[in-house]
Amino acid sequence: MSADSAIGWFADLRITDRPTVGGKGASLGELTHAGIDVPPGFVVTTHAFELFLKALEASAPVRTAVEALDATNLDAVTALSKTLRARVEEEPLPQQVERAILEAHQQLTDGDMAVTVAVRSSATTEDAEDASFAGLQDTFLWVLDAQDTVKRVRECWGSLYSVESMTYRRKHGLPEEGVAMAVVVQKMVDARTAGVMFTRSPTTGDKSVITIEGAWGLGSAVVSGEVTPDRWVMGKITGEISVRDISDKHIRQVPAPGGGIFDEELPDDMRNAPALSDDELQALRAVGRRIEKHYGRPQDIEWAIDKAGNLLLLQSRPETVWSAREQAPVVATQADPLKHVMTIFGGRR
Amino acid sequence: MTMADAKQFPLPSSLKVVPGTEGAQAAYPYFTQFVPEDDGKFWFYNSMHFPEPMHHFDMITAEAAYVALGAANTRVHVLPTAKGIEHRIINGRVYIGGVAVTDPAEIQERVGEFQQRAFYYYEHWERLYDSWKEKMKTLIADALALPKPELPDYEPLENVHAGKGVAANHALLDIYQKQIEGYHRMWHHHFEFLLLGYGAYMTFFDFCKKAFPEISDQAISRMVAGMEAEIFRPDEEVKRLARRAVELGVDTHFTDGMNIEAVLADLDRVGNAGKEWLGELETSRNPWFNVSSGDGFYHYHRSWNDDLSLPFAALPGYIDKIKAGANIERPTDQLISEREQLVADYRELLDTDEDRATYDQLIGLAHRVFPYVEGHKFYCEHWYTNLFFNKIREFGALLAQNGFFGANGREEDVFHLTQYELESAIIDLMLGWGIGAEPRGPRHWPAIVAERKAAIKEWAKHPTPAALGAVPDAIDDPAIVMLWGITRESLDRWLAADEEGPTNELKGFAACHGVVEGTARVVKSVEEIGRLQQGDILVCQVTNPTWAPIFQKISAAVSDIGGSMSHMAIVAREYGLPAVVGTGTATQRIPDGARIRVDGGRGTVTILEEARVLEDA
Repeated sequence: MSADSAIGWFADLRITDRPTVGGKGASLGELTHAGIDVPPGFVVTTHAFELFLKALEASAPVRTAVEALDATNLDAVTALSKTLRARVEEEPLPQQVERAILEAHQQLTDGDMAVTVAVRSSATTEDAEDASFAGLQDTFLWVLDAQDTVKRVRECWGSLYSVESMTYRRKHGLPEEGVAMAVVVQKMVDARTAGVMFTRSPTTGDKSVITIEGAWGLGSAVVSGEVTPDRWVMGKITGEISVRDISDKHIRQVPAPGGGIFDEELPDDMRNAPALSDDELQALRAVGRRIEKHYGRPQDIEWAIDKAGNLLLLQSRPETVWSAREQAPVVATQADPLKHVMTIFGGRR
Repeated sequence: MTMADAKQFPLPSSLKVVPGTEGAQAAYPYFTQFVPEDDGKFWFYNSMHFPEPMHHFDMITAEAAYVALGAANTRVHVLPTAKGIEHRIINGRVYIGGVAVTDPAEIQERVGEFQQRAFYYYEHWERLYDSWKEKMKTLIADALALPKPELPDYEPLENVHAGKGVAANHALLDIYQKQIEGYHRMWHHHFEFLLLGYGAYMTFFDFCKKAFPEISDQAISRMVAGMEAEIFRPDEEVKRLARRAVELGVDTHFTDGMNIEAVLADLDRVGNAGKEWLGELETSRNPWFNVSSGDGFYHYHRSWNDDLSLPFAALPGYIDKIKAGANIERPTDQLISEREQLVADYRELLDTDEDRATYDQLIGLAHRVFPYVEGHKFYCEHWYTNLFFNKIREFGALLAQNGFFGANGREEDVFHLTQYELESAIIDLMLGWGIGAEPRGPRHWPAIVAERKAAIKEWAKHPTPAALGAVPDAIDDPAIVMLWGITRESLDRWLAADEEGPTNELKGFAACHGVVEGTARVVKSVEEIGRLQQGDILVCQVTNPTWAPIFQKISAAVSDIGGSMSHMAIVAREYGLPAVVGTGTATQRIPDGARIRVDGGRGTVTILEEARVLEDA
C-alpha cells in the first residue's frame, strides 16, 4: 500500500502497516495474507485522517487547541470535546477522502444493498498495550449503506476527542502531532454463533490450552458481557475438551431491520444448547493454532460462524496480560537430570 | 455435620465385622487384624487392587506384595520420606496405610542412601532391566518345571531302585513351598524397579503440570507411552490369528457366539489348513495368552489360556475387517511419530531455554524407565500369577479328590483356605498317605469352606468406607501418590461425595477424550463378554489390557477402578475410544441397559435414562 493512500485493502496490508492502518487493520491484513478466512474489507488510513485534519485546521485550530487544555479543568475539556466532535462529524470531508471511502464501499459490497458492514476504530498502537486509546474501541455493526459508513467513520475519528481520551493525553503530556486514527470497514457476518478464543488460559496462563467462549448470534453480546457465553477449554495440541460449561443464554444479538443490532429473546431449547459443535470447536482450535504460529505468540481472537457454517476470523491481537510477566524457569535447572527426581522422592513439595 | 467431623473418616474400631462372619474374619492372619492402636492412623480401602472381598487364599497377593514393596522402599532403595505399606483386613476388604518418615535427620540420612542406590538404577537401567527379564524368565521356567502334585498308591519302583530315598508325599510339600517361595520372589522382582519407574514418570508429570497447569493427565501419558510394550502383544496375536484364518481359508468357522470346543474340534478335522491354524493358536498361546482377564490379583481372574472366550469373541470382528480390506495392524511407526510430534509440540510451548533443557532431561528419563513400567505386568501379574494360581488349583483338585471339600467339593474350594491352612491340609494329606490312615481334612474343611463361602457372599453385600481414621494434612508418600493416585484433594473429594445427595453423574479419571451416548452394558466377569453388542458402552469393574480385543466392538468404556495411567486407559487411547476410569461405583450405580453419556475429556458419566424397555418374552 502506498503511504499516501486514503484507504488500504486487507489483502494489501501487513502487520508492518500498523502506523497507518492501526493494530486492528494491520492484523486483519496480516491474517488475510496468511490465508485465514477473514471477512473482506478495507481500512480508512491515518493518512485520510490527516487530510481531513488539515482541512479542519484550515478553518480553526484543532491540535493546538487540545494541547492548550488544562486537564484538570473538566468544564473546558468537555466544552472542547463537544466542539471538536461536532466538527469532525459535520465539516465537509476532503473530496479525495470521501470519494475513496465511497468507492471502496461500492467495491466491497459490489453494489449489493443487502451487504452491510461493520465499522470499527483501529488505533495506531496495539489496542491493549496503550491505555491512551482506552475508550476508543468504537464498533458500529450492521451499517447499511455508503453514506452511513462515512458517518460512522467520522464518529470513530471523533472519539479521539472524547473527554476521556483528551484528558489522558494531556495528563501524560502526549504530543497531538502523533495522534491519529484509522478505521476498519469490513463486510458484516450474519453470525449464527460468535465469540472469542484465547490461545492460552486466561486464568493460569497455560499455553497448552485454548479457551473458547461463544454464544448465539453476533459476537457483540459476548464481548460486551450481555450474555454469559458457553465456555470450553481444550488441549491446544491434543484437541481434548476438558471443560464444557454450557450456560443459559437468554438472548442473542441480531441485526435490526433499520441498521444496528437488537437483543432477541431465545426459546428454551436454544438457551441451554451448546452454541458450537465439537467439529466447530476443533476447527476453531486449528485456526487458533495457525494464527498463533503465524505471530509466534499467544493470541486473543474474535470469531464468528455464519449461517452457512463458515468459520470467519474477525480480529486477532496478541495476548498481553500473561505475556507481560517475567518468564522464569518452571523449575531450577540441574546438571544431573537425576536430581530432578528428588522433587518426587525428596519430601514435602 | 460439624466442620471437625468433615475431616474425619470412620475409625477402624467403629468398623464392625458383619454378623455371622466372625469365624471367617478370625481366620485371616493375626497380623492383618485391626487393633485399637490402629485408630491413630489413616487407612484407605485398596479398592484399586482388591475391589472385591478376598478369598482367604488370595490374601497372599496382598501379603507377598507388601512384603516386597516394603523391603524395596524401606531397605533396598531407601526412599527418603516413606517406608512400606501396612495392611489390615476386615470383612474381606484390604485397608492399607503408609509408614511415613518424618524426622528431618532420618530423611537426610535416607536421601544419601537413596541417591547411591536409586541413581545407580537409573544410570544402569537398560542393563538391569535386561537382567530383570532373565530373572523373570528363569522364575517362570522354574514354576513351569514344578510337577503336578500327585500321590501314587505305591512309590514308583524306579525311584526305589534309584535309591531316591524321598517318598512321593514329600514332593507335595516341596512343590507347595517352592511355589509359595516363587510367588514371594516374583513380588520382589515386581517392585525392584517399580517405584523408581513411576518416580521418573511422576517427575516428568510434575514438571508438565507446573509448566502447563491445565494439561490433562492423558496428554502427559501419551507423551510417555511405550510403543513396543508387552501389553499390546496379546491383542496383536488375536489379530494375527484372524489374519491367518483368512489366509488359510478357515475363517468361516469363527462366528459370533460360537462354541469354541466345537470349532477347535472342527478345525482338527478339516485337514491341513485347520491343523495349521491350530498350530498358530498354540504359538500365540505360549506365552501371550497368559494374560489375566482381570488384574491377576484374584484366583478367579483366569487367563486367556484357561478360558479362550475372550480372544475368540474378538476373532469374528477382526476377520470381518480383514475381509473388508481394512488394515487392523497396530500402526507402530505412526504411533511413534505421533508421540514424537506431541513431545515436540509441547516443547515448543515452553518459554525458556532452561525449561526446554529440563524437559528434554525428564522426557528422556521417562522414556528410559517406561518399558519396565508397562512391561512388568505381563511377566508378573499375568504370566507368573496365572501359573501360580493354577498350581494351587492342582492342589485343590488333589485335595478335592481326597474328600477334603466334602462330597460335592471342587478344586476351587481350596481358595477358601489361607496359605497357612493349605500347607497344614497338605501335611494332613501327606500324613494320611504315609500312615495309611484317613486324613482328618474331609471332616475338618467342608464346614469351614461353607462358612467362608457364605461370608464372602455376605461381605460383598456390605459397602465398606473408602477410608478410615483422621485425614492427614498432606500425603507425601510417593508410593501412595504414584500407585494409588491418592492425594489430599482426592480424600476431600471422597468426604464431599458422602455428603452429596444422589445424582445422575459419576466422576472418574478422564482416560481418553470424546463424548459418546449409548447403551450401558454392565459386564461383571469375562463370561458375560458375549453380551456386548456392537456400539455398546462397556461398564466394568476392573479395566485390563486383555479386554483390548473387544474394544473394536464398543463405543466407549467406563470402569470402577483405574487411573489415567492404568493399562485400560493406555489401550483406550490407542483405539481412540472415549473412556472414563476409576469412577468407583459405575458397576453398582449404572443399571444394565441404561442409556448413558460418557465424556472422556471431562471424566464424567451421566445416566440419561435408567428405565429399560422390557423385552418381549
